[in-house]
Amino acid sequence: MAEKLKLDIVTPYGHVFTDEVDEVVASGTEGEFGVLPEHVPFLTTLKIGMLTYRKGSQTGYFFISGGYSEVGPDSVTILADSAERSDTIDVQRAIEAKKRAEERLKQAEKFDQARATSSLERAITRIHVAEKK
Amino acid sequence: MATLRDIKKRIKAVQNTQKITKAMKMVSAAKLRKVQNRMLDLRPYADKMHDVLMSLARGADRESHPLLAFRPRKTVEVVVVTSDRGLCGAFNTNILKAAQKSIDGYTKEGFQVSISVVGKKARDYFKRRGVSTRNAWTGISGNVSFTNAQEIANDVKENFINETIDEVVVVYNAFKSMVAQTVTVAQLLPLAPVEEGKEAPASESAAADFIYEPSMEAIFDRLIPRNVDIQIYRALLESSAAEEAARMSAMENATKSCSEMVGKLTLQFNKARQASITGELMDIVGGVEALKG
Repeated sequence: MAEKLKLDIVTPYGHVFTDEVDEVVASGTEGEFGVLPEHVPFLTTLKIGMLTYRKGSQTGYFFISGGYSEVGPDSVTILADSAERSDTIDVQRAIEAKKRAEERLKQAEKFDQARATSSLERAITRIHVAEKK
Repeated sequence: MATLRDIKKRIKAVQNTQKITKAMKMVSAAKLRKVQNRMLDLRPYADKMHDVLMSLARGADRESHPLLAFRPRKTVEVVVVTSDRGLCGAFNTNILKAAQKSIDGYTKEGFQVSISVVGKKARDYFKRRGVSTRNAWTGISGNVSFTNAQEIANDVKENFINETIDEVVVVYNAFKSMVAQTVTVAQLLPLAPVEEGKEAPASESAAADFIYEPSMEAIFDRLIPRNVDIQIYRALLESSAAEEAARMSAMENATKSCSEMVGKLTLQFNKARQASITGELMDIVGGVEALKG
């Protein structure tokens, strides 16, 4: 009986996080899901969102910009396109990115709307995650 | 017997070469550091992704995605990754030897072989032998980017789905350490070695246990092509790091040889100078003796 979950977050730019934790909550494309030890094998795609883990009384927050998650009975592996811990997020940059994306959404004919929408979503989520410390 | 001036000229020439090899070594060291970091960062991601896919593919229905399909092998695609520039020891020779060996192997087994090359060295090699290549990408090895990898991956995927090719292997140098590169032949498509697919019944339950969200097809659709991109990107980065490491040690050796050469030539120079001084002295002594008489 596994009592802990091994949480691994990897991105193409490096290993971001690895630790034994008690609980993980992440945002899948079909909605938010929570994982406790002894979860059934589960594979899902992730959308831009927040990942929360709890270890004892300690919680941590990550910004995840899409990817995949593989859940086993005693492990959670996150293959993220990019991931940032809440305290390493550059809020200033996110705010600027948000402004820029909003500008672009207003000029519909000049910019790729799908790209602007997703970059706006990333910026908003980043700011949101950064507030959780 | 070489004259003093000839020897001096040679010493100068060797010293100039040494300066160049030393500089090249420094440049390689700097480039290596850069690409090595990117490679080390990517490795865990690529490995994990491979693991996830492997556990999925083991029990999955092979027909569920075009990139998973095992077809009777008719045409095998060999992607050979070399460098654009030389002066890196046996780096390219090793790769080309290994590539040639697997190409010969496939031909012997009766398969068609189609070749894609990355790097000028591989392109020239096959051109010299009059072997036609399906595709050649150059100008990548010194400046690997994910876009390059995607370009290659898209081409390979397209041809695989079109059934122009039925299997893809990548031949590249994996970076092992500063002094060692290992020639790696990795099967890229279809996923998982053929032998494992044959014993499907035993592992069928593994995939059935998985819950997929939104659906297995949707995940495969995104994950499998992405894996091809990542694995090629990794091969390019590994090869690039290995190239710089190989060049570094080659240049180190060259610099050392230059020092040895300079030592030897200096010795020769001193000997020659001594001989000429002795000769001159003999002349003077001879002249004085003659005057006396």
